[in-house]
Amino acid sequence: MTIPILMPALSPTMTEGNLAKWLKKEGDEVKAGDVLAEIETDKATMEVEAVDEGRLGKILVEGGSQGVAVNTPIAILLEEGEDESALSAAASGGAASAAPAAPAPQAAPAPAPAEAPKAAAAPAAASASAPGGRVFASPLARRLAGQAGLDLAAIKGTGPNGRIVKADVEAAKAAPRPAAAAAPAAASAAAAQAAPATAAAPAAKLSAGIDAKSYSDKLGMRYKAVPNSSMRKTIARRLTEGQQTIPQYHLTVDCQIDALLKVRAELNGRSDSYKLSVNDFIIRASALALKKMPALNAAWTDDAMLQYESVDVSVAAATPTGLITPIIKNADRKGLAEISNEMKDLAKRAREGTLKPEEFQGGTFSISNLGMFGIKQFEALINPPQGAILAVGVSEQRPVVKDGALAIATVMTCTISIDHRVADGAVGAQFLSVFKSLIEDPLSMLL
Amino acid sequence: MADMNYDVIVVGAGPGGYVAAIRAAQLGLHTAVVEREHLGGICLNWGCIPTKALLRSAEVMHLMKHAADYGLSADGVSFDLAKVVERSRKVAGQLNGGVRHLLKKNKVTVIDGEAKLAGKGQVAVTKGGAAVGTFGARHIIIATGARARTLPGLEEDGKLVWTYKKAMTPDGFPKSLLVIGSGAIGIEFASFYNALGSKVTVVEVMDRILPVEDAEISGLARKAFEKQGMRIITGAKAGNLRKSADSVTVAVETGGKTEDITVDRVIVAVGISPNTENLGLENTRVKLDRGHIVTNPMCETDEPGLYAIGDVTQPPWLAHKASHEGVIVAEHIAGKHPHPLDVRMIPGCTYSHPQVASVGLTEAKAKEKGYAVKVGRFPFMGNGKAIALGEPEGLVKTIFDAKTGELLGAHMIGAEVTELIQGYTVAKTLETTEADLMHTVFPHPTLSEMMHESVLDAYGRAIHF
Repeated sequence: MTIPILMPALSPTMTEGNLAKWLKKEGDEVKAGDVLAEIETDKATMEVEAVDEGRLGKILVEGGSQGVAVNTPIAILLEEGEDESALSAAASGGAASAAPAAPAPQAAPAPAPAEAPKAAAAPAAASASAPGGRVFASPLARRLAGQAGLDLAAIKGTGPNGRIVKADVEAAKAAPRPAAAAAPAAASAAAAQAAPATAAAPAAKLSAGIDAKSYSDKLGMRYKAVPNSSMRKTIARRLTEGQQTIPQYHLTVDCQIDALLKVRAELNGRSDSYKLSVNDFIIRASALALKKMPALNAAWTDDAMLQYESVDVSVAAATPTGLITPIIKNADRKGLAEISNEMKDLAKRAREGTLKPEEFQGGTFSISNLGMFGIKQFEALINPPQGAILAVGVSEQRPVVKDGALAIATVMTCTISIDHRVADGAVGAQFLSVFKSLIEDPLSMLL
Repeated sequence: MADMNYDVIVVGAGPGGYVAAIRAAQLGLHTAVVEREHLGGICLNWGCIPTKALLRSAEVMHLMKHAADYGLSADGVSFDLAKVVERSRKVAGQLNGGVRHLLKKNKVTVIDGEAKLAGKGQVAVTKGGAAVGTFGARHIIIATGARARTLPGLEEDGKLVWTYKKAMTPDGFPKSLLVIGSGAIGIEFASFYNALGSKVTVVEVMDRILPVEDAEISGLARKAFEKQGMRIITGAKAGNLRKSADSVTVAVETGGKTEDITVDRVIVAVGISPNTENLGLENTRVKLDRGHIVTNPMCETDEPGLYAIGDVTQPPWLAHKASHEGVIVAEHIAGKHPHPLDVRMIPGCTYSHPQVASVGLTEAKAKEKGYAVKVGRFPFMGNGKAIALGEPEGLVKTIFDAKTGELLGAHMIGAEVTELIQGYTVAKTLETTEADLMHTVFPHPTLSEMMHESVLDAYGRAIHF
């Protein structure tokens, strides 16, 4: 028996990924645990390890292939004693068994017959990857969604028992996408709205109204088309979704951090085993404030507010390929040094693209800091399903009024974006005030 | 009469009305049905069912006449028209009794008489002019059906000029027959009398017979009927009837030329007229469109609490459409959320020899709607079971949207296709694409394999042709 090697789902949200490169060639002997290939997922580059032993018989999906659906056979492993003649039989059989929910063997993009609609792979993958089980949709609805580039999981079914039917996909196709700016200046408007790191870039598929490509082509504007990575697409999808579905409001507060800087300098002078940053204080202060105000450590669902039992702070990090949010888990129970060292390690591995899925998925609150770029103040977009995100600006000396007289203080402006369904304005204000008092009186963070 | 108040009163116990009543009762609604004549309505008593019994006699006769083809001998094959009709009446009678039993089993009150709306939520019932009573109901469903449409100068006379009712209970066998109208009803009677030996002429005003069917299927049907000795005149108007004691001369006008055709009897089958008279609709907000009651997808009329289903409403005028609406309206009244009827999913059948069946768009309609189509065809000649049955003539045609693979329509002619069409209807209702149909395993040897092959052919992959 030949063994099909399938495109793995390396995270629960992954529906497709890019096969970055093969580390084994056809004919190579493979032992369990050997790294076969590198897959670029939504968030990072991951390695695919061999589970079985054998010889790499045939590579079905070449390195550099984009948008490979989860569970698509990417290679065939020959068991001991098998030769290449076993391959032809395996190619078709493997494909069929790999995608049980798929309506057709055409779903496998690799050996696609000429007639197979290219998009057929997508709907098959969508259902196959749904962690909660099958997405019930008619075959026609699957194909139409695939052709339109729509995610079936995001479509509400109105057929028998909630099955997604043709009419639902057509409604989803026709539905206006409210968040997109209607003005021709969509791109610049989006860019002007400060969002964490790179999130402002509009995703072509998600941007309604004006299609940048046809617009630019029509006007003869010259450009270089940089293909979107999985990560870029995920950023676009998640933030568009958040912007469209979350009613959010913003609260801004100025924090004077001279005391904090003093404490930081003193602590950093004591040991070489850590080097605290202002951001480490912000993480700890946020975590402590969240512990005090669990209403904001929460996510909205239609039936209940999910107040998380642990405080896991996602910290936005810019990487060469895009935004990623590694998590300081149980940040309320970690000291500054521990937070600091953990953050350095996470940030390094984020840049290298070697974070494990659990290290960047499942935070309960986010912090985005653009202070290092001199940004004074901005509003970050909530990272769904989280309830809030704190946007931190630069720490700079500013004139302030102290005891009726003009004085100089180091001030840092923080703006929180809150899902209004999760918490009302007064709750958000209270959180910021707790946060501010922790930041301005850093010794209280030790309590 | 113990009970005068109901949740639901259904007016008319045809295939729409009695199904609505049973479904309403199943859902716990206190239900009555008012029927003036026969439980089961036209369909069961004077339509679908008795004609199928007649056509079965014709089919058996046809087979007996061709016994030698099967290595059998049957000499002196003849028929007793009275007995053929008697069998047909018995079949209808048996089913009529069945409906009575079903209504009783579901505790639906049957009120014998004619109903008329008598103010909001009130139905006055009379029988032969005498009042039976006035009944109250929160919901009233009009399911009064339709009758044969008549044209001026072509009125039924019960002797020489027939409509369906007389045509299925003839006093004598007409040696020659002119059928005006080539829809399903006209063609079925033409096929029946032709099989028994009448000299049958069919006159159709449109340019082809079975005009709602796919043009290719229409053409094949015409060829098959003509081969059986039928004369078919299309693009023709029949008028100026001159009656003598036992025959009629009809002036048939085609392309400016008029031909006198003399026949024993004339059957008029030119469509239906809805039964909306004497219902008291004039005092309601109900809207009519060419006589038919206008309803929304939940079978509601413009008058709150008043619903309508079946032939009295918009087309298609088919028994199974009425029954389906009966279920929808009952569930809607009971506060369920039924799915509206999608008329594109309603199959149509003609039980002539050969049979014709279809669902969805014809090739021409699909193109008219702007679809790029893929068309599959598979002839009966290529099917083992068809050959074994001695039925090598026919075609299974499928039409797909080239872009999405949606099955847009299926059209068949040949043996047993009225039983086969449901396969495509299920496929269409479940929104399958060509891929799913290709993956479906069809049993061998069956006529249904042609359904598979036709799909394969649409994509250039037919195996047996």
